[in-house]
Amino acid sequence: MSGFPILSLMLLVPLVGAVACLFAEAKAARWIALAATLVDLALGILLWANYDVGGAQWQFTERLPLFAGFNYALGIDGIALLLIVLSVFLMPICIGASWIGITKRVGEYMAAFLLMETLMIGVFAAQDLYLFYIFFEAGLIPMYLIIGIWGGDNRIYAAYKFFLYTLLGSVLMLIAMLWMVHEAGTTDIPTLMNYDFPVQAQTWLFLAFFASFAVKMPMWPVHTWLPDAHVQAPTAGSVILAGVLLKMGGYGFIRFSLPMFPEASAHFAWLVFGLSMVAVVVTSLIALVQHDMKKLIAYSSVAHMAIVTVGLFAFNVQGIEGGMMVMLGHGLVSGALFLCVGVIYDRLHTREIARYGGLAINMPKYALFFMLFTMASVGLPGTSNFVGEFLSLVGIYQVSTWVTFVCTTGIILGAAYMLYLYARVVFGEQKHADAAAMPDLDTREWLMLAPLAAAVLWMGVYPESFLAPMRKDVAALDARIARAKPEGDSMLKIGEPKASAAHEEHAEGAH
Amino acid sequence: MDFAASLHLILPEEILSIAALVLLLVSAWAGDKASRAISVAACVALGAAFALVAPSVCGGASGPDTLAFGGQFAADAFAGMAKLMIFAAAGASLVIAPAFFERFRAMRAEYPVLVLLAVIGMCIMVSARDLITLYIGLELNSLAAYVLASFLRTDDRSAEAGLKYFVLGALASGILLFGMSLTYGFSGTTGFEGIHAALTGPMQTGALFGVIFVLASLAFKISAVPFHMWTPDVYEGAPTPVTTFFASAPKVAAMALTARVTLDAFGAQAEAWRQIVIFAALASIVVGALGAIGQSNIKRLLAYSSINNVGFILIGLAAGTQAGASAMLVYLAIYVAMTIGGFVSVLMLKDEAGEPVEAIADLAGLSRTRPALALCLAMVMFSLAGIPPLFGFWGKFVVFQAAVNAGFVPLAAIGIAASVIGAFYYIKIVKVMYFDEPADKVRGASDGAHWALLIISAVVISPLGYILTPWLGALADKAAAALFLGG
Repeated sequence: MSGFPILSLMLLVPLVGAVACLFAEAKAARWIALAATLVDLALGILLWANYDVGGAQWQFTERLPLFAGFNYALGIDGIALLLIVLSVFLMPICIGASWIGITKRVGEYMAAFLLMETLMIGVFAAQDLYLFYIFFEAGLIPMYLIIGIWGGDNRIYAAYKFFLYTLLGSVLMLIAMLWMVHEAGTTDIPTLMNYDFPVQAQTWLFLAFFASFAVKMPMWPVHTWLPDAHVQAPTAGSVILAGVLLKMGGYGFIRFSLPMFPEASAHFAWLVFGLSMVAVVVTSLIALVQHDMKKLIAYSSVAHMAIVTVGLFAFNVQGIEGGMMVMLGHGLVSGALFLCVGVIYDRLHTREIARYGGLAINMPKYALFFMLFTMASVGLPGTSNFVGEFLSLVGIYQVSTWVTFVCTTGIILGAAYMLYLYARVVFGEQKHADAAAMPDLDTREWLMLAPLAAAVLWMGVYPESFLAPMRKDVAALDARIARAKPEGDSMLKIGEPKASAAHEEHAEGAH
Repeated sequence: MDFAASLHLILPEEILSIAALVLLLVSAWAGDKASRAISVAACVALGAAFALVAPSVCGGASGPDTLAFGGQFAADAFAGMAKLMIFAAAGASLVIAPAFFERFRAMRAEYPVLVLLAVIGMCIMVSARDLITLYIGLELNSLAAYVLASFLRTDDRSAEAGLKYFVLGALASGILLFGMSLTYGFSGTTGFEGIHAALTGPMQTGALFGVIFVLASLAFKISAVPFHMWTPDVYEGAPTPVTTFFASAPKVAAMALTARVTLDAFGAQAEAWRQIVIFAALASIVVGALGAIGQSNIKRLLAYSSINNVGFILIGLAAGTQAGASAMLVYLAIYVAMTIGGFVSVLMLKDEAGEPVEAIADLAGLSRTRPALALCLAMVMFSLAGIPPLFGFWGKFVVFQAAVNAGFVPLAAIGIAASVIGAFYYIKIVKVMYFDEPADKVRGASDGAHWALLIISAVVISPLGYILTPWLGALADKAAAALFLGG
């Protein structure tokens, strides 16, 4: 595979598809979009299959100097690989989710989605600082159009809010990038990841990057764009927003904030912990009182992302791996939950929880899927989120028992609001005749939900497949930031590893 | 240097002057029937001047060989690059004019002649290395511009625009003359080189006042805050092709002139003018952005947008470095493309009767009734907002890069944060065109020349524009180097 520009091809396929969709009829556009995303999925699987676990840190690298210090540099490590695979996995499902729901301006809609796919893959694959910024920022335009044109009633307010919040965050990052390149003399991300910036400057650089990533993440209190954007975006827009766009924030912390500014990261870790603790408790409580299903899931996303941030800033391997696993798991689960909402929204055209009830009677298959994803969101062992949340909390326990205590309440509250949602929608009496008459899942919906369910279970039962590619990269990151590691309050006494038989058991317990 | 060599250096200006005078006579005899032919001839003259100037820019002409008339006039690469942009912008405003004016039966033969005269004035402005030369160029340009603003004689708004422009422009000229006389009084010379030498060392208060007054009047010409008040009124009232011209060519000329005055004549006193420039830059960004939010007329909105953009260009100037001057030129080139694209789109917004549509509300749902036009205008808007991957991002990028590399990180941070305010009204236009239900007001067909210009500028500001960056950057670097070598 070496030498074959697979990453460029993955960027090109959706881009070409997007241009083709612009000029195509509605029906043709749907098929073009599906074909392009499926080709990209196939390429993504190929990428994973050919990724050499334990090999070079950066694989599939491509480099082409462009102009004035800009390089077209691509390459991935295990962390980027997993996020790219997540993106290409969710995209065909998104296209499927919009198959009949979107009836106006289908060509433009599909083009916007394919453009988003290109940009998302670009963000995770870019190895040049400015190239990253261009991909990172350019996503604003298609997302603005997706929310604004195909969204719900209050779509314009949501689109403005999304655009301006995220733009304000990113422009400050651009100034920080300009300064970094001036100081370090290179735009190469792998080089910058090992460049030691002066501790004084790190503070400012960290804050500038933090402004951007915290908004994208989103962290409390700059999360308010998310519920608005989610509620107003079409189903597929929500899936992409929750599944991949939010991951850009976490990816940014892993790729930039932690390795480039380790001292500042340690210095501000308490800020991150503080905001995350507030987020976990406050947004969970807010989720508990929502009447709108999408809003509820949106707030739960904020709470889950807070677990990601505490994990990442725990400065140890468990925390970082846990953060990554929560991101991947949340990408699947929240995407699936938005799809579940979309399924019934397509039938009844309302997201009001009270309008449903007793769906288990007329939609048993739907109820089963919804149950699985609800449980996964709660973090039931055997599902994807359990692995990540557990690892994150183990990681943060080494730093602060109090933070762990507060964040763990998020799990309990999460169970409360998700189970309460499930009970109101799926169980109970069939109060409304129209809701009771809804047909069960059709083939298209089966095809969308079944792969997600399989992936959720796979991640829960055998997370090693996902941990293996990133293990070395997380270890490298851990080694890089070890010098700034904050002192923990739990004062763990790590016992001597026992002989081989016990080691097996230990390995199982860790995952 | 002998006279022949000087005359050789100003060959482009001579060609333009002769063309303007000859065409003036032609228009006197042939009348308005010949206006199209005169426009074509004027374009040819601009093209010839373009071809003459281009080699000096590509070759990075600088040093004493480029100075004409005893150092009063510099035909260096810096002036050359500005002239190329001026010629291109003037050519564009000639091309788009006939289709617009003919609807009002107002296409007069003087229009191309006035544009040519204004261009000559601007050429002198960007080449001036003496306060007197500067003033002559500025006035030649301004007098032609006043007439152009009120060119649509039957329209009250156009007459008002011309009068406002004239009164305020005269005031600015007065301020300039006052500043120039102070500068002359304290330095004993009107040549930039002499002023530079005389102002080296500690600065006297009187000389400082001279600098302030000169900069104030230049701020008027580039419509930087706080001397921007005339801009929205003049841009709204002037006929759209003239507005296109005002927003592009004179901006380039005045910007280049400001750069030469500050970096060359007052180059030794960078600390004195830098704070003025920084204030003007940040104030322009903020006022340009806030002022635009409440606008309901697209031409007024673009006027505020141009104030906003001037702020970004001034950030490059505030850096005070060669890279900053180069960044300014790059930004100006991209700005010219965006401005032409924006105003040509506005020109193409016509209702069934062919009357211009200028209210933003009437653009509602344009993406469904006129998708190509809406797409181009949306690209201009996102580009003006500086969202990658559109080309407008590159302009902002180089300017802020220059500022950061020169150590002005807080300036860059505040400037870029304020640009988010500007993004709001740009995306508002996109919202009206793409999200709202169609108002279906825009129905008129458009001229082929308009389409051609719009498509050219759309391609330049699209991501394909980045192909130009090595070439544009190299030219701007050479031009900026010429400015710094000359000083």
